[in-house]
Amino acid sequence: MSDALKSGQAPLYVMAPKRSFRPRLTLALDTFGAWALAIVWIAPLLFAVWAAFHSTSDAVNFNLAGAWTLDNFRTAWDGAPWLRYFFNTFLLVSVVLAGQLVITTLAGYAFAQFQFPGRDVLFIIVLLQLFILPEVLIVENYAMVSRLGMFDTVFGIGTPYWASAFGIFLMRQAFKSVPKELDEAARIEGCSWFGVLWRVYVPSAKPTYLAYALVSVSTHWNNFLWPLIVTNSETTRPLTVGLSLFGAPESGVNISVISAATIMSIAPLLIAFLLFQRQFVQAFLRAGIK
Amino acid sequence: MNDLARYERRRRIMYGWMLLSPALILLSLFAFIPSAMTFWSSLFSRGTRRNPSEFVGAGNYELLFADPTFSKVVVNNLIYAGVTIPVSIIIALAMALWANSKIPARGFVRTAYFTPTILPMIAAANIWLFFYTPGLGVLDQIGALFGFASVNWLGRPETALWAVIIVTIWKEAGFFMIFYLAALQTIPPDLKEAADIEGTSRWTYTRRVVLPLLMPTTIFVAVNALINSVKLIDHLFILTKGGPSDASKLVLYYIWELAFAFFDRPQAAALTVMVLAVLGVTAAIKFIILDRRTHYQ
Repeated sequence: MSDALKSGQAPLYVMAPKRSFRPRLTLALDTFGAWALAIVWIAPLLFAVWAAFHSTSDAVNFNLAGAWTLDNFRTAWDGAPWLRYFFNTFLLVSVVLAGQLVITTLAGYAFAQFQFPGRDVLFIIVLLQLFILPEVLIVENYAMVSRLGMFDTVFGIGTPYWASAFGIFLMRQAFKSVPKELDEAARIEGCSWFGVLWRVYVPSAKPTYLAYALVSVSTHWNNFLWPLIVTNSETTRPLTVGLSLFGAPESGVNISVISAATIMSIAPLLIAFLLFQRQFVQAFLRAGIK
Repeated sequence: MNDLARYERRRRIMYGWMLLSPALILLSLFAFIPSAMTFWSSLFSRGTRRNPSEFVGAGNYELLFADPTFSKVVVNNLIYAGVTIPVSIIIALAMALWANSKIPARGFVRTAYFTPTILPMIAAANIWLFFYTPGLGVLDQIGALFGFASVNWLGRPETALWAVIIVTIWKEAGFFMIFYLAALQTIPPDLKEAADIEGTSRWTYTRRVVLPLLMPTTIFVAVNALINSVKLIDHLFILTKGGPSDASKLVLYYIWELAFAFFDRPQAAALTVMVLAVLGVTAAIKFIILDRRTHYQ
């Protein structure tokens, strides 16, 4: 043994048997742990999907042999104006995104490429909004939206989110990475400030726009509290609010039907996510790590 | 020439302000003015037809401190934050380490962890309602197999808040995982090789090398989890409505209730001011202490 230690190769030799066994054991343990957690994590959703396609008695009795049925979807569909809710949500996310893109682009451009007094102070003021959550200001924002005559309109739900400090920050970072030479070249060619923004900055920030759009759409597709407060009619209410009313215990619908309604309203976003998973994850990452 | 330069400079200042004005107007309308108004209206009493609203100074705050629901709600929210933040972080870290290791069906595992993140809180609550319903719910059925009595998870003060906490963790852990996963992928593989050659155990490697390198991510995730512990309350509307007897009521839900169910706007305003103060302190800590090394320029 002591001879082997002196030879220089000893550490490798000593470790060799350990190496061949330990990694396989760790891999098995890792696989077991990872899979167990994955199954626990996805089970509630899978169970809801399964229940949505079975009668209530089969669902609550775990009757795995029970017949598959679409009845719950039919009952759910007839129970509320879902088509209208889908349309409202679709309109809402479009209005929010369109407004956000215009406003954050202009502001991000100003912060990134214009020198003017007070700019840095203004930027800090904008960043403050990251912590003044719109959710917390529901009372006064409700008063403001009513004052502006936007109560129960899609703009009432959407406009408070237009000047997103987070979006302005993202755009500023994206525009800052555009080489100054490109900007100057475009100006020498006779581009106006708007031409430079439109032809140089916007195209170079495409990945940021895509990321921001995915984050914004999925946030507002899922948003609930603020739309609950500023809507009171079928014609503006988004899916989440419609779903909460539909599932309320007072409305007396059973659990399989609630599952069907839930699956129905998350289906578009869920399918989009499963198809474009990589883009979604990249978008959240890009938006999170600045 | 000098005139031209001055003209150009003035023009850029004007354009700068012009580009910023839509954002500044909107931020004023929906963030700054409402914040100021919240503070202002928290200083006045609730007006009724007979007693018009009058200046009461700290009166609304005194009322709040005397309100047993207020202290209950604050304690609930502290428990909510104190449990969801560390537990979500630990689960997210475990998920990321596993999703980054060379296990079979890694794609499925990642998808399973992340999918709850993209569901609306309302949908998550509906799904979990199925688990918590007494008698018929999945948890009770599993319990029955082992001979446990039926538990009304959402209807008992001892369990309601925990039921709400579990849904929040389920919803946010997968989201935090992706940030850890991205950070893990930036750790150079030589570090692992070096650790292997040294014969370092996996635990030591994780604790002494990986965790310190993940520290910035942990701070980022913790700040997000803290913000979530204030704003993730949608599921209360489905699961418990803050009950039974306020056992699962959280601060933002109480603000909503004060303003839109009890129509007591001054009380809601006073509570909002306190939440804004807490968020402001968090922002200050984040910007001044944690971001010292981050350069925005």
